[in-house]
Amino acid sequence: MLTIENIDCYYGDFQALRDVSMTVPEGQIVALLGPNASGKSTTLAAISGMLECPRGRISFDGKELNGAKVEKIVEMGIAHVPEGRKLFTTLTVLENLEMGAYTKRARAQVPETLERVYGLFPILKDRTNQMAGSLSGGEQQMCAIARGLMAQPRLLMIDEMSLGLSPILAKQMFEMVKQIADMGVTILLVEQQVNHTMKIAHMAYIMEKGHIVMSGPTAEIAGNEHVKKAYLGM
Amino acid sequence: MDLYVQVLVSGLLLGGVYALISIGLNLIFGVVRIINFAHGEMVMLSMYLTFWLNHLYGLDPYLSVIIVLPVMFVFGVMFQRLVVQPILTTSATMKIFTTVGISLLLQNLALIFWKGDFRTVRTSYSMSSLEVLDIIISVPRLVAFGTALLSIIILYAFLKYTYVGKALRAIVEDHSVARLMGVGVEKHYWFAFGLGTMFTALGGVLLVPFSSVYPTVGVPFTLLAFVVVVLGGLGSMSGTFLAGLFIGCVESFGGTFVSPGLKEAIYFAIFILVLLVRPQGLFGKGKGTEEVGLK
Repeated sequence: MLTIENIDCYYGDFQALRDVSMTVPEGQIVALLGPNASGKSTTLAAISGMLECPRGRISFDGKELNGAKVEKIVEMGIAHVPEGRKLFTTLTVLENLEMGAYTKRARAQVPETLERVYGLFPILKDRTNQMAGSLSGGEQQMCAIARGLMAQPRLLMIDEMSLGLSPILAKQMFEMVKQIADMGVTILLVEQQVNHTMKIAHMAYIMEKGHIVMSGPTAEIAGNEHVKKAYLGM
Repeated sequence: MDLYVQVLVSGLLLGGVYALISIGLNLIFGVVRIINFAHGEMVMLSMYLTFWLNHLYGLDPYLSVIIVLPVMFVFGVMFQRLVVQPILTTSATMKIFTTVGISLLLQNLALIFWKGDFRTVRTSYSMSSLEVLDIIISVPRLVAFGTALLSIIILYAFLKYTYVGKALRAIVEDHSVARLMGVGVEKHYWFAFGLGTMFTALGGVLLVPFSSVYPTVGVPFTLLAFVVVVLGGLGSMSGTFLAGLFIGCVESFGGTFVSPGLKEAIYFAIFILVLLVRPQGLFGKGKGTEEVGLK
């Protein structure tokens, strides 16, 4: 579904991605793991069009994404839930969700999508008219994922979902992600919480210093003692 | 006693127009994050446009809004597109130099084409007034206040309830996340600049029946609008409205009881005092509210 071939990306003079290639097959949960500042979030930024890559090719369903505007990429069916939730804190929960459905295609179906999203996260329905800034950390993360789903994406990319959540809450969120995947949404998960991620993901890529150092089915990676020690700290 | 009430009423009526002009600045500043020192020249241009429409075609100043507002909307969009957008990612100094330069350019173009004369529009209602409980209320000033109040309510509702309005508030808070949602941020910048300019222009039109028009008529409005926006709390529509009324009253009382020549000095002194005590402005939500957005 999503194919990245040999991309390089820069922040000014700093090269953040070096020759990164990966594929995300339709219907799967793919994990992108690695330490801080290894280029995971940059990879997501490159996919969603926030950052331009001077070299390499990114394609979605065979259509090239390089140089496409962010709004165009959202319209094509890729939603990006950024690290740190990044809700619009002065907007209500409902307004945040409406923002998620800003593209023409999604906006036409807000009531239906809203019902589905409220079905997944009933707590958000109770909070509809509350300012998003007043939600608890867990509720904010739910709201951020819900906002991503409002775009009716075929590929949902979630960045550091478990960051700052209690272990119990984090576990629940991973179960939610699995549920979303079961609804037919392909998922690209950037995480540092390796244990839970490996349990729900089909495939994993491991990054270090802007480079993919390891990839394969999660069962295979989890079975490799060297990889676990060297890269995943397990 | 009557004198105090009279001065208060005059101040409030004038303050409504100040609020309208300042709300245009607040919208532009909040969404596009540009400090536009040519803001007063938007007032000047709309006043001249109103004057010429009246002088050449006999159009009533109030009716001229059907031409002035769309023209100034387009002017605002072009201004954003051609002047602001290219410098949007540069330093604050660059933006100040550019917009101050545009301000001087527009003043001097007005001087070249329309001369330095003070021009006034005489209408049948220019001098008319109502008398309510011994208080004299000038009709054009009352119309100005009412229209300003109504427009501010409409803008507030627009930002609160429409999809585009919500997107503008989202951009105020975080433009890159708004972009991530698929909001075409540049288009919204154009629109916000156009809309802000239009509201400012409406303030200018409302002033015409009781003020003269000349090339530097806009200069005080740039500073005044900044004072009002900062006092009201950056990003706060209701705060801007109240601060506009407040400055109108300060000017009115200062002009009556101290000296008309010192009215600006007085509101600047109050402005500095307020900022010393409450840096976030009178109605700002708290420290750093300029990052929070429209309320």
